[in-house]
Amino acid sequence: MTDPALALTDVTFAWPGRGGFVLSCADFSMSRGETVLLLGASGSGKSTLLSLICGIVAADAGQISVSGVDMKTLGAGGRDRFRAENIGVIFQQFNLLPYASIADNIRLPLRFAPKRRNRAKDSLAEAARLCAALGLPDEVLRTTAGRLSVGQQQRVAVARALIGQPPLIVADEPTSALDAATQDTFLGLLFDQVASAGSSLLMVSHDERLGARFDRVLRIEDIATSQRAVA
Amino acid sequence: MILRLAAQSLWARVLTVGMTILAIALSVALFLGVEKTRTGARASFADTISGTDLIVGARSGSVQLLLYSVFRIGNATNNVTWQSYQDIAARPEVDWIVPISLGDSHRQFRVMGTTDAFFTRYKFRGGRSLGFSQGQGLNDLYDAVIGADVAATLGYSVGDPIIVSHGVASFTEHDDQPFRVSGILAKTGTPVDRTVIVGLEAIEAIHVDWKNGGQTGRTTPAEVIRQMDLTPTAITAALVGVNSRLQIFKLQRWINEYPEEPLLALLPGVALQELWQIVGVAEKALIGVSGMVVVTALLGMMAMVFASLNERRREMAIWRAMGARPMTILGLLVLEAMLMAGIGAILGYCLLYVGLLGLRPWVDSAFGIWLPIEAPSIRELWVVTGVVGAAALASLLPALRAYRLSLADGMMVKI
Repeated sequence: MTDPALALTDVTFAWPGRGGFVLSCADFSMSRGETVLLLGASGSGKSTLLSLICGIVAADAGQISVSGVDMKTLGAGGRDRFRAENIGVIFQQFNLLPYASIADNIRLPLRFAPKRRNRAKDSLAEAARLCAALGLPDEVLRTTAGRLSVGQQQRVAVARALIGQPPLIVADEPTSALDAATQDTFLGLLFDQVASAGSSLLMVSHDERLGARFDRVLRIEDIATSQRAVA
Repeated sequence: MILRLAAQSLWARVLTVGMTILAIALSVALFLGVEKTRTGARASFADTISGTDLIVGARSGSVQLLLYSVFRIGNATNNVTWQSYQDIAARPEVDWIVPISLGDSHRQFRVMGTTDAFFTRYKFRGGRSLGFSQGQGLNDLYDAVIGADVAATLGYSVGDPIIVSHGVASFTEHDDQPFRVSGILAKTGTPVDRTVIVGLEAIEAIHVDWKNGGQTGRTTPAEVIRQMDLTPTAITAALVGVNSRLQIFKLQRWINEYPEEPLLALLPGVALQELWQIVGVAEKALIGVSGMVVVTALLGMMAMVFASLNERRREMAIWRAMGARPMTILGLLVLEAMLMAGIGAILGYCLLYVGLLGLRPWVDSAFGIWLPIEAPSIRELWVVTGVVGAAALASLLPALRAYRLSLADGMMVKI
């Protein structure tokens, strides 16, 4: 039996100095290649959960495993390296480096992930292939983010997350800035590429209409509780 | 790739970054300019006289004697009688002696009376001799040899007439006895370039109708003057070469103890050292002030990096999400600061050389300081390296703040 793509067991975390916000997650796992939509309202702890899964912050207690690796066994530097190698991130706000070319934006994660870099081989050709697969014309590679439409920027963000085929893709409300028609097209392209890379996809959103495409739809309350201490 | 992205990040903030780089460039140009002027002034002064063992003048301060006799700065408070000059010249230690007589001027240039020996005995820049670019030396009582700057500034060529003014800042002219340019000296980079040289007897000749600093009202014809005994009664100073270096101090002591009149004999190198000691304090103050300007520019850069941190939190979050460690964020900011300082320092160098190209002739003619345009010295390269290093240090504070922010924000900053 292979390790799950992601597993959280009895995880608790409190942001230091942020009004006593505490997140707890008793049990949650994803199998490899699975797509999961996690629904939750603003302030419900979705972003904190993603920070924990990505190893940006370490859990105060419990266990988080990605591709069978217990994040607790890694130091801060080790978690950074692990994240670079194993997790592709898509932001709500796209978050492309505005001054860098699209080619450099897409290839940025490879700078910190030798295994992904090896898998991508010719990184520029791979960036071009992903752009083409996501419906972006070849010439966008040479332009900067500011010259692209919102939809194009979101596709570039997907290409950046997928390059080098990381086992887990984490997406934080990537469709919130898109209209309904564009959302559908975008999700179609995203799912095609996630499937092609064999990656697992964990997307958080507050939009329940997206659920039809996913293997599983969960509410954050189903897997985690959050509370804010009253001062 | 990191370096390219750092450069692109700077380019994206070209206005603020450009102003910071300009401030660093100007401060570096100022600092190196002060250093260049300081070393140029020292080299110019040191190169001005060579091969002269003693300078003799009326007793005063040694620096004052050096300044007026060699650099034509200031005036003598007293003269040396011709008898004393002859007594010194007759000493067995003396190999050669060149009298000089100062006091008059032509336009803004000093007029110096001397003998033909000056053209062969005066050495500069490690033993180089004077040479003529046009014409020849003093063959007639009313011949004048002019320095290269005099010729260039006033547009003189051989054969042109020259009217000498009485004193240094006087409207009274010796126009009854005009001189003729007989030769133009090749450029030396010394005060000789800005000097009009005439015969010692010529100085006596133009003052025949003068007594106690004023005109007598007579106008003696030049033909009559030529027949007169024009042996001077006094000179301003004398340059002396001795037969053996071992005899320098003996001769110096003899002159300093000369009983007939108070005289001063000085070693040019020693007087120069005294001069450096006097100006050393001002030099240090100048270097200190220009150094503080560099520090201020670097503090400005630090403030700019601090101010940009908040708007760059999202950018740092992107780097973190892509796998960058907080130390990478810190390194990125330090690298950017070093790039800014490096570009600023190189630009400062370029500004300095452009300034040198433009101002060098003026500085040379106005102050007699020849500022060489040459490859950066090791000391200057250390300055540039120091500026880049200091920029790295100055950026550590905002970089550490960015480090902490990137730890706190993680990749989920929402600003």
